[in-house]
Amino acid sequence: MDIIVCLKQVVDPELPQTEFAIEPATGRQVREGRPLVISTYDENALEVALQLKDRGGGKVTVLTLGPQAVISDAFRLALAMGADEMVVVDDPRGPDRLGGEKAAILAAAIRRIGRFDLVLTGCESADWTERVVAPVLAEALSAACVTFVSRVEAADGTLMVRRMADEGFHRVEVRLPAVLSVASDESNRPRLPKLKDILAAKRKPVHVWPVADMPAAPGDLAAGVEVREVVIPQRTTRCEFLEGESAEQAAALAQRLRDLKLL
Amino acid sequence: MPGICVVATVPDAAAIPSSLELVGGARALDASHGAGVSAVLMGTGPGLREATDELHRHGVATVYRCAHPLLTSGQVDAFLLATEQVLRAATPQVVLIRADTVGRELAPRLAVRLGAALVTECVELAAENGAIVARRQTYGGRALATLVVTRRPAVLSVKPHSLEVPEPAPVPGRVEDVAVSIDADTLPARVCEVLREEAEVGLDDAQVVVSGGRGVGGPEGFALLKELAAVLGGAVGASRPPADEGWVPISWQIGQTGKTVRPALYIAVAISGATQHVAGMSGSRTIVAINRDPNAPIFSVAHLGIVGDYRAIVPPLVARIKELKGP
Repeated sequence: MDIIVCLKQVVDPELPQTEFAIEPATGRQVREGRPLVISTYDENALEVALQLKDRGGGKVTVLTLGPQAVISDAFRLALAMGADEMVVVDDPRGPDRLGGEKAAILAAAIRRIGRFDLVLTGCESADWTERVVAPVLAEALSAACVTFVSRVEAADGTLMVRRMADEGFHRVEVRLPAVLSVASDESNRPRLPKLKDILAAKRKPVHVWPVADMPAAPGDLAAGVEVREVVIPQRTTRCEFLEGESAEQAAALAQRLRDLKLL
Repeated sequence: MPGICVVATVPDAAAIPSSLELVGGARALDASHGAGVSAVLMGTGPGLREATDELHRHGVATVYRCAHPLLTSGQVDAFLLATEQVLRAATPQVVLIRADTVGRELAPRLAVRLGAALVTECVELAAENGAIVARRQTYGGRALATLVVTRRPAVLSVKPHSLEVPEPAPVPGRVEDVAVSIDADTLPARVCEVLREEAEVGLDDAQVVVSGGRGVGGPEGFALLKELAAVLGGAVGASRPPADEGWVPISWQIGQTGKTVRPALYIAVAISGATQHVAGMSGSRTIVAINRDPNAPIFSVAHLGIVGDYRAIVPPLVARIKELKGP
């Protein structure tokens, strides 16, 4: 099975609050001097792709969009984990684009890559959490779509997947080609590359395509949507601490809950 | 018909559409458009009639009703076909969709098909000089973005439990039954089975939520939280680490990834208070935090705080609550 995995580069979401700042001009997070990582669930998506390849063969291509200069190094990890090739759509404006706009560019890149059975993304990005890339890609590529997939099994020309749902899980039978967004699951913890994989990754092909070469897809979802401002809300709640030994604290809390008519 | 259209589903025969939250948003937008609120109502069974009445009672003038056995249980492809068919004919300016399991997939796909502008996971909507101003959380809840949507049509998805269910405002309603033809064999993705998770009280509707974090230490600790939830008549939730570690089902997860809850009482036990988690619970009326670390960020959103080990606090708390509540 030929699989394309879309990876997004984000500022490490685990950075402490003191390192978090917004650039007023763009409304985006300040990236300068911050560590850049692959967005959380995108690594789970790559792991799913690699497991499918381990079981049934095929090729795994990773695809990303952003300023080439900062992307290549961070994404060697994906090649070291076992992806066969990498395509970077070099786009200095990449980090400022909304999901719908990015999805349109990624769809053009996927058409240029050509053959694929499956496209995987993370279920949401660690920064804007728009959750739009997978469904928009599916529409643009006329492929089936399932989001928030925690498990994938190949079954005779189709896939059987497990989707996280409000009420539990859905078992969904999906035709190929398909676009799936992947959620974390114990079955898709990202593997750690060994030293020899890291060395081998240096010889794997990396293609850099200028964003200008990607034909603009019609119907950009982000057209007519403007980011006016992004603010860090100030928290104003003042916490009242209940003092004393554990039993006293517990009794005080129970009394307060009763006073608030919560019991 | 121009105006605002909400997408409502009846997942099960008896369910009252949680889509009423959207009707509140639609009415707020409609006040300045003056073009009326409509709804696409999809589902199966007798719940459809009840839901139609509820929509009318809350100010929805026209209900486009699609009944089909496949409009159920997360069959997104079926919902997409029906919604697309109705909206191509009804041509509303704005479509509101609840960003739940079905809606988070449906909204972007529908936007592509309708050639619409798209903003997902909104938590606030307002009209401003003919534009829509939408707010949504970004960066794991660390920041709040304001987006202005000038293009029409526009598809907006709304994070569940961010908008209030509005007061009734009955209108003389109209129903248009729309026949949709959906063939199970042609759906590219088909739900074969729904695996429900055992839940004594559903997190979505609970008035009290007792939630545990990494500091709970393992699945055993959650047994203690269950006891506390039980005496309070509430549900148990979790932040991301316990769900990632497999201590609790992923469906218990509250936060930016996971559910948004706004109960009357939220008790955060051994939760550090990462913004990721706070994004899903900060709307709760009273927030209690129990944590060993006095500097844990959870105390900056809590109203009542206890610094200490939950293992020493929860058992006497359960006992004291039982006493106060009496036999």
